[in-house]
Amino acid sequence: MTKTLKLALLTSTLLGGPAFAQDVTLTIESWRNDDLTIWQDTIIPAFEAANPGIKVVFAPTAPAEYNAALNSKLQAGSAGDLITCRPFDASLELYNQGHLADLTSLGAMANFSPVAKSAWQTDDGAATFCVPMASVIHGFIYNADAFEALGIAVPTTNAEFYAALDKIKADGTYIPMAMGTNDQWEAATMGYQNIGPTYWKGEEGRLALIKGEQKLTDDAWVAPYRELAKWKDYLGDGFEAQTYPDSQNLFTLGRAAIYPAGSWEISGFNTQATFKMGAFPPPVAAAGDTCYISDHTDIAIGMNAKSPNAEAAKTFLEWVGSPEFATLYANALPGFFSLNSTPVEMTDPLAQEFVSWREKCQPTIRSTYQILSRGTPNLENETWNASANVIKGTETPEDAAKRLQDGLASWYEAQK
Amino acid sequence: MASRKPVRWHIAVFLAPAVLVYTALMIIPLFGTLAQSLMNEDAAGVRVFVGLQNFATLFGDALWSDAFWNALGNNTWFFVIHMLVQNPIGIALAAILSTPRLRMAAFYRTAIFIPTILSFVIVGFVWKLILSPIWGIAPGMLDAVGLKSLFAPWLGKEEYALTTLALVSVWQFVGIPMMLIYAALLSIPDEVIEAAEMDGITGWSQFWKIKLPLILPAIGIISILTFVGNFNAFDLIYVAQGALAGPDFSTDILGTFLYRTFFGFQLQLGDPYMGSAIAGAMFGIILVGVCIYLFGIQTRLRRYQF
Repeated sequence: MTKTLKLALLTSTLLGGPAFAQDVTLTIESWRNDDLTIWQDTIIPAFEAANPGIKVVFAPTAPAEYNAALNSKLQAGSAGDLITCRPFDASLELYNQGHLADLTSLGAMANFSPVAKSAWQTDDGAATFCVPMASVIHGFIYNADAFEALGIAVPTTNAEFYAALDKIKADGTYIPMAMGTNDQWEAATMGYQNIGPTYWKGEEGRLALIKGEQKLTDDAWVAPYRELAKWKDYLGDGFEAQTYPDSQNLFTLGRAAIYPAGSWEISGFNTQATFKMGAFPPPVAAAGDTCYISDHTDIAIGMNAKSPNAEAAKTFLEWVGSPEFATLYANALPGFFSLNSTPVEMTDPLAQEFVSWREKCQPTIRSTYQILSRGTPNLENETWNASANVIKGTETPEDAAKRLQDGLASWYEAQK
Repeated sequence: MASRKPVRWHIAVFLAPAVLVYTALMIIPLFGTLAQSLMNEDAAGVRVFVGLQNFATLFGDALWSDAFWNALGNNTWFFVIHMLVQNPIGIALAAILSTPRLRMAAFYRTAIFIPTILSFVIVGFVWKLILSPIWGIAPGMLDAVGLKSLFAPWLGKEEYALTTLALVSVWQFVGIPMMLIYAALLSIPDEVIEAAEMDGITGWSQFWKIKLPLILPAIGIISILTFVGNFNAFDLIYVAQGALAGPDFSTDILGTFLYRTFFGFQLQLGDPYMGSAIAGAMFGIILVGVCIYLFGIQTRLRRYQF
């Protein structure tokens, strides 16, 4: 398949080369090989129709090999004109080495909020080197049929949330919440980073932590762990050995009522689940409080600083920053939300629900991703471990927070 | 007039492929890794020689040494389980298989050996499913005999996970000691057995007094193979519990610790220098273990020539 494709690309380049000598061909490096058909059939034709004279080739690598392959291609000078950017340090490193061009002056950058751009900026925010493409949003997906059968309203506050869980548990038909601690990252990503922003007030707390004004032992950072510790009673039997696919299956088979989720689940759940689904954002302490969501920046696209086709590449990037691209992309991949400030029309109801929170809630990104996971011990990995321990009850929220703080303070100047 | 012996070129020619391949794939990487464990990057990102500083960090910095000793302790327990469970069962199975009266010996032999040739990925996945509290057959089977209360999500509990995985590994590899001992038992000449029977030594006492001493060298080899295999283990833990070797690092062995450090994990970037230091420490541990066996035990084993 890949071979035929490569051959086809090669022949088309050879044959097409002389005929359209004035055409510029841009090559995109990416790890999203799953999206190959979407790029070829939907996105690239739309761009080429609007920009005659520029041809685009999407050339993905396997996700696990992407970083290494890209690094060696960039060093050898054989990398494509456009580079798909991982968030934070991996791309920052490429920019610092001079492989990624500074795109701060790009007109389309005005279409993105500071939070959307933060994953592809220098630490001081002075230079932006990739155009944000998509993010994933955290929240809870629920079995709407189960909620209706049990007469549960969609919870908005913490009290309602636990009342709903208690009711489901008392009824006994459904496991209240589908989550396991075996793979650890669910506990951290769908647990701590999902409900946490409500307590540390999103960006405010995240930036204060980076500046050293707050500590992980502060109440705002320990409180989400206290909530996680309560989840234990609502998880299924033997949740300690329950893996991520187990949780997904428990929910889509209709055995569990609530699933702490990331929006990337949407397309999978749509095909698997036979019941009606809904979603709600992380509950707030009291009705009317500001809600905060994790709207985590995940994928962006930048320009190879040594690209000979810089002008054409910039044209493409301006287009990636446009609302038109945002609509195309978000509808082709429900659950990967456009980071564009212009609201995007989406057809998937579950995706619509998730993205609607952007209007009423304050978005932030996962607290551990920027700067704080650069040293040893790695804060992100430690957070996985701590979240799983707290849910299992083998470590108290306070102990876990203290351990994380000590680890962070051991290498991070601002926290010393 | 004595003619000089011709130079025997063919020896070198025949040895060359093996020597070249082994040097390229094993010797050079081994010394490369050991050399790298003495390097690190300075502030500017330039590779510099730092002597034993990486090892000083590994054993002196609580952050590293706690993880290292935890992994070494777990690894030792992993080995102990294999020595106490896998090898005695292997010997027992071989003894049973070599009884002439046993029917369908070839079938049992094959059936027991098959897991050994399975991929770790399959073994890890199958056992995870069997033991799964949600879909697994283990809770149902225990329930059928009224022992449901004994079931626990073993792979998810700190106190059981490592032992469970060690037993899964025993299940997979019990065929190897069985086959080696079986071969050793078959090679005992009939005359020796007949002589023993003439002297009235039969049954159990024949096994303990005649056969066991004769297969001791094979048991020694198996022990050392188990030791080397266990201290290099990685796959099963990685497949079953992931690179973080959960729950709470209770199944973290030297192999997974090395993997996380060397290649990085999730947001943790790889550190080839500290990784090499851990690989160096593993090499040292295995080297010491093998030397103790070679010089301390193997030379004292009595061998019988038939």
